[in-house]
Amino acid sequence: MATLTRVAETAPAEPERRARRRLVAKPGTWLVWAVVAFFFINLLGVILSVVVDSFGTSWFGGWAPNGYTTHWYGDAWHEFALKQVLKVTAEVAIAVVVLSVVIGGPAAYVLARRDFPLKKLVMVLFLLPILVPPITYGIPLAIVLNKWHLGGHLDGVILANLVPSVPFVVLTMTPFIEQIDPKIEAAARMCGAKTASIMLRVLTPLVLPGLLAAGILVLLRTVGMFELSFLTAGPSSQTLVVSLYSAVFGAGIRAQQEIDAMAVIYTGSMMVLLLIALRFVNPTQLVTRVREEPVA
Amino acid sequence: MLWLALPGVAFIIILFVYPFLYGLNLSFHPKKGGGVFANYRTFFSDPYLRDTIWITLKLGIPAALLNVAASVPIAYTMRRLRRGKRTLTALLVVPITLGTVLTAEGLLNYAGPAGWLNKILQDLHLTTQPVPLLHNYWGVFLSLVITGFPFAFLLTSAYLSGIDPILERAASTLGATWWQRFTHVTFPLLAPGLAVTFCLSFVLAFSVFPSANLVGDPSNRTHVISIAAYHAALEQFDYPLGSAIAMVMAAIMLIVVGVVLLGRNMLYKGSSGGKG
Repeated sequence: MATLTRVAETAPAEPERRARRRLVAKPGTWLVWAVVAFFFINLLGVILSVVVDSFGTSWFGGWAPNGYTTHWYGDAWHEFALKQVLKVTAEVAIAVVVLSVVIGGPAAYVLARRDFPLKKLVMVLFLLPILVPPITYGIPLAIVLNKWHLGGHLDGVILANLVPSVPFVVLTMTPFIEQIDPKIEAAARMCGAKTASIMLRVLTPLVLPGLLAAGILVLLRTVGMFELSFLTAGPSSQTLVVSLYSAVFGAGIRAQQEIDAMAVIYTGSMMVLLLIALRFVNPTQLVTRVREEPVA
Repeated sequence: MLWLALPGVAFIIILFVYPFLYGLNLSFHPKKGGGVFANYRTFFSDPYLRDTIWITLKLGIPAALLNVAASVPIAYTMRRLRRGKRTLTALLVVPITLGTVLTAEGLLNYAGPAGWLNKILQDLHLTTQPVPLLHNYWGVFLSLVITGFPFAFLLTSAYLSGIDPILERAASTLGATWWQRFTHVTFPLLAPGLAVTFCLSFVLAFSVFPSANLVGDPSNRTHVISIAAYHAALEQFDYPLGSAIAMVMAAIMLIVVGVVLLGRNMLYKGSSGGKG
């Protein structure tokens, strides 16, 4: 789908429009650009003030801190047990990516290839966990996980994070699989391949771009997922974003700079993941979640 | 072959549908007794709990409306952009990726009484006293705009790119002005998409939780419904009441989304000559 979208974006006839472009834009256009610039300036301020503060010795009311230091990072590392937190975050993220691809991939294949009764219902079933906000279903889910004695454990956090991830993989991969010519599978079957080897040796290599896209998107979403991890995590199973929330919520006990240092570590890791993701997927795919382009 | 979908479907039924039904059932079995609807009676008779609905709606609806309304002219102008569109989109994804917790932490620094924002406002002599932007309604509202606007913009752009520009050119040939082209051609075609964008933005804003706690006034002016549900279920361990509040929350979202989508059905449905 990524390639299709990209082609479509550049496809509309551009030459005529270029001819109609004027050098002096209308006042309305300037206003729009001003609003966009205003938004980005404030966004930059929000992010930069955290970064600057995390390197400052102290900052009382001036434009910039009085001096600069990096010792808050070491302090934050010990104070918030970031080694443990990062380990938990990595464990949760990797488990969720692998499991959601293993569970969701085959389901995406069936939805892409087969028509069956109740297919619409199954599609709705996969759409709901993505459309319903996590905090709404997270509370009953946390109650059920507590009943199963999984609340507060790493397993519980992984299971909860899988709830939106499995449907996400299904919805991201279905269009990728639809693009693959079914004749290839038919040919493999004619040559005597069994379903398992068709899946592993024919389809998996072909669908690898889709698999990669779905995997990296799930990774990014899981590391950034606050609500579900927060509702199900115990003291020893906090992910980075939950730990950050707890630190901000309990601010006043520790130096603000320490919390900001942790926030910068979180921002940094998310930015690295985002940059990797943007190499494989269209930025809109990070947001629209559901396929928006109508199939013409 | 159909069995391949079984693990996925079973997973969703066990961890999504079942907990929801379990919560719904639990909400009718109050902890302290008092009849099937006792939890709902508690919620609607206690003003502190009942008012969370209005507090959340007062945050969610204006924020979603502003985000959608602002994204229309911006997406409309940006549509003509040939280069830099991908960069712009990538930049807009940043606040969504970072999420509400980081946005809240950033706002605490940036919009605080000694933060850059208030310094600029004072240096420009727009205000003499620092404007209180944190730990009140506006702190949460700001955070909802910072994460919600890019989301609404990207969705609106996706819908807008599905409308063939040739339709506007045809209207132009027939003598329509810029404003007429927008109000009579583009906007009616865009409206169904905007309805969906509003629904998704509203649902996002309605389920606000971290920023209401961090940059809001969580026990008073931004005591939103998700805080009430969390407090009952996982701090007081009154599972039935917590479930009941979560169900009320889901019901309100369903009602608002249902009303908007019903309205959408009355809009134009048909080909917009989209790019496909």
